[in-house]
Amino acid sequence: MCTTCGCGGGGARINGRALAGPLRYQQHQAGTDHRHAPAHAAGTEPPMPMPAALPEHAHAPGISQARMVRIEQDILAKNDAYARANRERLQRQGIFALNLVSSPGSGKTTLLVRTIERLRDRLSIAVVEGDQQTDNDAERIRATGAPAVQINTGKGCHLDAHMVGRAIGQLAPRDGSLLLIENVGNLVCPAGFDLGEAHKVAILSVTEGEDKPLKYPDMFRAADLMLLNKCDLLPYLQFDADLAEANARRVNPGIRVLRTSASSGAGLDAWLDWILLGCSRSARSDTAAAGAASGVAAR
Amino acid sequence: MHEMSLAEGVLQLIEEAATSQGFSRVKTVWLEIGELAGAEKEALRFCFDVVTRGSLASAAQLEIIDRPGQGWCLQCACTVHVAALYDACPHCGSHQIQVTGGSELRLAELEVE
Repeated sequence: MCTTCGCGGGGARINGRALAGPLRYQQHQAGTDHRHAPAHAAGTEPPMPMPAALPEHAHAPGISQARMVRIEQDILAKNDAYARANRERLQRQGIFALNLVSSPGSGKTTLLVRTIERLRDRLSIAVVEGDQQTDNDAERIRATGAPAVQINTGKGCHLDAHMVGRAIGQLAPRDGSLLLIENVGNLVCPAGFDLGEAHKVAILSVTEGEDKPLKYPDMFRAADLMLLNKCDLLPYLQFDADLAEANARRVNPGIRVLRTSASSGAGLDAWLDWILLGCSRSARSDTAAAGAASGVAAR
Repeated sequence: MHEMSLAEGVLQLIEEAATSQGFSRVKTVWLEIGELAGAEKEALRFCFDVVTRGSLASAAQLEIIDRPGQGWCLQCACTVHVAALYDACPHCGSHQIQVTGGSELRLAELEVE
């Protein structure tokens, strides 16, 4: 907003509607070429009232009206608010949601396909796929019969809670179902973005290095479970699985580790049991919440 | 990690504050960035310059307040400095450390006019 007369800036409106996007700043660009004529000459718009917080109204140039404004807000507050909304919706419906994170090529999609094949008779499963481009992964998921929505982040390096909220809206997952969110293959950025999931699950394949948890500590810190995948290849590699586990525990002493092979099926039972336990807990807390709500309503 | 998104988040918060508090130009922006927050300060400065171009913060000076990483060592039962998430306790060498500070990513204050 202009401190000279209160026009334009962040509060600019046309016919009562806020101007959207970069248009808002055209008038004040670089803070120099500031003309009042077009907006006021027509005489249709009354000047905006001066906000109470504004310092004394001075038109003299060169007089500074600088002041301090305390903000104290988290930079990711917007994402966190969307994540909270997602989490509330998922809890209300008793849906168990997992955010699967890893580097590209760790076997996430194959793991999802095998997981769906093994659980589809017992659970309703929906999938959100995140990739920069193509819907190849969503196609692989749909081939199993599970509904999938593909988010293409374009140039973005991670899914955010707003994208995922819209994808959940499209998927409309059933009450008590399992929602699997496959994040963009990236061990860095997705760590900082809460999507509203119950757990982040980090997948590390044995064709990578044992020191990945140390090289990308934020991600392994944020995860509750690590799957050490492609373990069927261990006999052909010089990968020290115990060292990889120890490194993960160095950055996250509470992390749980399971060794799996999505292609051979080895170790998948423990992973599936972990999912089923989470699903039954989510469904129970949903029932408890519904019971509490009806109890309040009855009073 | 995702400094462009962070810079966009900062600009959004500034724009919301501009509407609610009535200011048109930002002279200085103070961010609190924790040692363990996973944000690269120089990348953030670069992205901040890019996303604020043509905005009410285009001429703003970016000041970064460093917040040190801190953790509680479960073995020693004391607070220790943690420079990286895989650090061991400097006293006992244990990795059983719960991070208690240094993950701040926060817009603290603005100087506006």
